[in-house]
Amino acid sequence: MAKNKAHKKQSFFEWCRGYTGQKYIITVLFLLVPLALLITFTFVPAANMFVYSFQSRDQFGINPEWVGFDNYKTVFTDSDYLSTFKNSLYYLFGSFIQLGLALIIAEILCSKIKFKNFYKATVFFPWMMNGVAVALIFRSFFMKGDGITNTDGALNSIITFFGGNAVSWLSDPKIVNFCLVFASIWRYIGFDIVMFIGAIQSINPDIYEAAELDGANAWQRFWYIIFPGIKPVIGLQMILAIKGAMSVFEIPYVITNGQFGTTTFVIKTIETAFGYKKVGLASAMAVVLLIIIIIVTIVQKLLFNEEADNASMKSEKLFKKKKELI
Amino acid sequence: MINKKLGSNYNGKSPAFRESTPFARFLAKLAMHIFMWLAVLMVIIPLLVVIIGSFKTNKEFFNTEVFTLPDKLNIANYKEAFIGGKVLLGLRNTLIIIVISCAGTIITGTMTAFVLQRFRTMLSRFIKAAFLLATLLPNISMQVTVFQIVNKMGLYDSMLAPIILYIGTDIISITIFIQFLNNISVSLDESAIVDGASYPRIYFSIILPNLLPAIATVLIIKFVGIYNDFYTAQLYMPSKKLGVVSTALYRFIGPYGAKWEIIFAGIVICIIPTLIMFLALQKYIYNGLVSGSVKE
Repeated sequence: MAKNKAHKKQSFFEWCRGYTGQKYIITVLFLLVPLALLITFTFVPAANMFVYSFQSRDQFGINPEWVGFDNYKTVFTDSDYLSTFKNSLYYLFGSFIQLGLALIIAEILCSKIKFKNFYKATVFFPWMMNGVAVALIFRSFFMKGDGITNTDGALNSIITFFGGNAVSWLSDPKIVNFCLVFASIWRYIGFDIVMFIGAIQSINPDIYEAAELDGANAWQRFWYIIFPGIKPVIGLQMILAIKGAMSVFEIPYVITNGQFGTTTFVIKTIETAFGYKKVGLASAMAVVLLIIIIIVTIVQKLLFNEEADNASMKSEKLFKKKKELI
Repeated sequence: MINKKLGSNYNGKSPAFRESTPFARFLAKLAMHIFMWLAVLMVIIPLLVVIIGSFKTNKEFFNTEVFTLPDKLNIANYKEAFIGGKVLLGLRNTLIIIVISCAGTIITGTMTAFVLQRFRTMLSRFIKAAFLLATLLPNISMQVTVFQIVNKMGLYDSMLAPIILYIGTDIISITIFIQFLNNISVSLDESAIVDGASYPRIYFSIILPNLLPAIATVLIIKFVGIYNDFYTAQLYMPSKKLGVVSTALYRFIGPYGAKWEIIFAGIVICIIPTLIMFLALQKYIYNGLVSGSVKE
């Protein structure tokens, strides 16, 4: 008996030292902390979010009440909340302009042009900058002086220098959102440019040469070679733009503090949760945002997989042709 | 091929382009440069105004145009921003948080990636799916419920709150490590196994050294991300003494409401570390961005 036990023990140790045993032990040891963190700070809060969204509760969760779909009704009927969706449209519109501009700049920076690196570095740098710093810069840039505590910001100074009248950019609900979108484009366009340049440079240079031999002009080169080549990246950037437009936070939060009709969905969520202490309602908003993001992501996956399939099919066809030629 | 060429000759467009005069080419180049200079001015003007303004006295700030240079370089604003505005403290706190979170991310991230990429068991596939699912969750809105958990754990208003969140919810880094591991040949591991190396040994002496370029990428992305993050610190560290760069700057709005010259000095101080890092690591940053976001 004793002998048998010892044998078993040894084999257990042996199992541990063998590669299968090691695999299991390492899996458990290496994943213990990351998984614990993932569950505690991502999945538990996500589950709570769904549960809370059907409740009326404060931050401490004392006596939560079940209210059914009331919170969701508020999000989609109360004009206070509904108007934040409208504000997202400004940013969505802005991000399409941003993508177009970025594409033009990327195309220019990929041609044979002097000072390329300087141009690229300058237009990219704002993306690296601290968001609060960017927001404060534009808070002053668009400022209108009242003659007592504030002077005109840079924009109004330029306008009055040329004889125009100063405009209250940041307190006129009709124009303030455009100013914020401008600041947002200023900050984020560098990222798109770098992504597009990366995509354009990954196109096989032989194709350019062939096109040049065939006498393609710049427009044809863009439309028939570059555009199809970077389509997946454009798609990805568009999806990111939609997600970004839904979750704008820092720029309106710091520049106008959500006043003058500039509240975005995320600012409203945070305000509802931590200002009004309506955690149930805020959770419902977070769930709505999550659902929108999931839908957008599914659309992206569908479009993307199609792209990938097309690409692989094309390369397969080419491969077959080559084989036939051989 | 030949037919195509003939065709393009017949429609007459392409030869015209090929014969384009040096003058036409010059014009095209000029247009590009003008366009780029407009873009550059758009970026530089707001920054220039801030830099000029940061050296002005309060009087000068009120009485001179935004582009007028100050009489002399006056660094009193910088002193006030550093000490009174607590930017120095903010820089220190930010640095502590960045160092600890980066170390944590690299240890947990590489370990996770190693297990998920090398051991293709059912369990690791399931966990990988769980990590990918987590990328979908909207970061800022999630704080509504994350806050309660952080609060219950007693981490509220301490540096541990952002540190643990930066380590625990960073899935992009794991994705970058996994992608990089895809390109590190398994035959390296196999030959080490033939030599009798254990898995921990493979991790430390093969995987980690080979992952160095990916680690550099993650470090850069992480540094920029944490340095520029605002809402995590704003939400979890309301104490004045726990201010980071972002929140210290944000808190300028109240007390310095009318003193833009001091706010400007704060902005300049906050941007300088970013600028130095950008100039030093430009190429790596561009590459890191492109490789980091291919598969989000």
